[in-house]
Amino acid sequence: MDRFRMIFQYFQSNSESVMNGICGLLALASVKMYTSFDFSCPCLPEYNVAYGLGIMFLPPIILFLCGLILNRQSLVMLEEWRRPEGRRKKDLAVIRYMCSSIVQRAMVAPVVWIVVTLLDGKCLICAFSGSVDPQKFVGFANVSTVQVQQLLAKVPCKDDELMRNNTSRKAVSRYLRCCSQALGWSILLILIIAAFLARWLRPCFDQATLLQARHWSNYIDIEQKVFEETCCEHSRLFAHKCILHFFESMRQEIKRHSFSLPWEREGVEGEEDLLRGITDQDQVNKLLKTWYYEKPPLDVSQAHQR
Amino acid sequence: MDKFRMIFQFFQSNQESFMNGICGIMALASTQMYSAFDFNCPCLPHYNMVYGLGILLVPPFILFLLGFVLNNNISMLAEEWRRPQGGRGKDPSVLRYMFCSMAQRAMIAPAVWVSVTLLDGKCITCAFCTSVPVDTLGNASHPRLSQGEIQRVLARIPCREIYNGQQLIANEVAVRYLRCISQALGWCFVLLMTTLAFLVRSLRPCFSQAAFLKSRYWSHYIDIERKLFDETCAEHARSFAKVCIQQFFEGMSTDLVAARCHLPRKAPADAGEAAEKLLGITDQGTMNMALKSWHRCKPPLHLHPPALPTGNGWAGEGQPPTHPSAPRRETAAYYSCV
Repeated sequence: MDRFRMIFQYFQSNSESVMNGICGLLALASVKMYTSFDFSCPCLPEYNVAYGLGIMFLPPIILFLCGLILNRQSLVMLEEWRRPEGRRKKDLAVIRYMCSSIVQRAMVAPVVWIVVTLLDGKCLICAFSGSVDPQKFVGFANVSTVQVQQLLAKVPCKDDELMRNNTSRKAVSRYLRCCSQALGWSILLILIIAAFLARWLRPCFDQATLLQARHWSNYIDIEQKVFEETCCEHSRLFAHKCILHFFESMRQEIKRHSFSLPWEREGVEGEEDLLRGITDQDQVNKLLKTWYYEKPPLDVSQAHQR
Repeated sequence: MDKFRMIFQFFQSNQESFMNGICGIMALASTQMYSAFDFNCPCLPHYNMVYGLGILLVPPFILFLLGFVLNNNISMLAEEWRRPQGGRGKDPSVLRYMFCSMAQRAMIAPAVWVSVTLLDGKCITCAFCTSVPVDTLGNASHPRLSQGEIQRVLARIPCREIYNGQQLIANEVAVRYLRCISQALGWCFVLLMTTLAFLVRSLRPCFSQAAFLKSRYWSHYIDIERKLFDETCAEHARSFAKVCIQQFFEGMSTDLVAARCHLPRKAPADAGEAAEKLLGITDQGTMNMALKSWHRCKPPLHLHPPALPTGNGWAGEGQPPTHPSAPRRETAAYYSCV
């Protein structure tokens, strides 16, 4: 329990850590989405390419947009970019830093989806089974052009009646899967090398500017959070004062109009204070009715206390 | 257990996070509902479309309404909309903000249901199996059948066990075709929703940021004010009840003393708090009478001011006795207005 709380507090304390956490969750969600998605290639000549490439590229776009939406910092960056200058100058380096960090984090889930898709191979088999050279495979070598397209389109469907025991189908499938996995591993290797170089070489160029940009981007984020918390606190106090004034004004109105002996005794604490001079059913009803029909003005300055 | 409490406290501390939590729970509930639901296509020509589209569109509507019902702020919005203006002006931008944020959250569970349904494919397969292009996908050498017969055969595509049209069109070919269309629609729908959400979120800071901050502050304020008012009223009710009951017991005790005409047994000086709490009721008979009286004849909701040992009857206020008749005149005026 303590460990969980510590981890939770660690993530909350640093906004960058929160964003890394969200980024990791989205990547896991992307893998889970892929495994739970029921891929079913249409096995029709015109539809295969559209389906296969669609499944490979459409969800990454969706995941990228989700990564931008779920990241709080993207809103902060947009606000900073669009705000009027006022008395605080805008630093474009900070905005650029925030933009690049947001985009880098948003790119992780789409890349995970694409790599997982390529390593699994189903998408590429579906999309490009119609584009292999039929002459290389014994079963498709001596078939007419029109028919070979139909047959090749059915390669991804193992249970189709034409393809059930076709050894050439397995050969085409293995060939395409091998190409797909090679592509997947190559992309992964290139991306990791690029990330490694970027992280290693960054300190060689302009480290001071980078430190400044990072500090001020954190500052802008924290400032906005503190502003929201302060507004919440303020509205709570405002509401408290407003309600107390309302009860007080009700008490005074009742004192002016009623004949009942006044309640106050000097120096009495406790229940009488909480009753605030409202001591019978009609008075309570009047108070509740007035609260609905005539809410007090939003003004708790001293002038309105009488 | 502690873990849940901490997560619960985190969500409760920030009202918006709490609503996001409910929204996420409803989205999960929506996927769970879909996987638990036993989809049963009727496999009859005209019923298929109604059933399929019904399952696709009716539960999202229910989930949308449920999203509004479960949102506590709906009553707050209605109250703020309908209240008379009184001493406080009404700001339509605050109402718009509250409505938009509620509608956005309520849209998530229906969107999840529609996406999951389309990506799964069963609904579209059931609804549109009679519209499969037999000429392009069917077997070339199929027997010539009347239109009605073809419709009846195609309607059985989702039900593999009773499908008898393998010569017309292979079942797997038709199912794969329909599923592909359904999944393409599903992904396009998800992309559209995500793009809309992205545009709504990112265009706002570009236009009306100041107005947005104002609306957000005042909508939070209205919510907090309502909660604080309820808390203050609850506190008041508690004190009211305490004093009312205390006065009831005192009244009972005084009545009984007057009725029995005997001197009240004075508690010894050092009996302390316990004697005070007995409120003058010290035997079974008296207690029974107090209980009976509480049931038969509850005291009026009117608290008597505490009696003071002063001679002139004006308790505590210190009003100058030179205007004893002024309150009377005022009261008369008040009642005549009423």
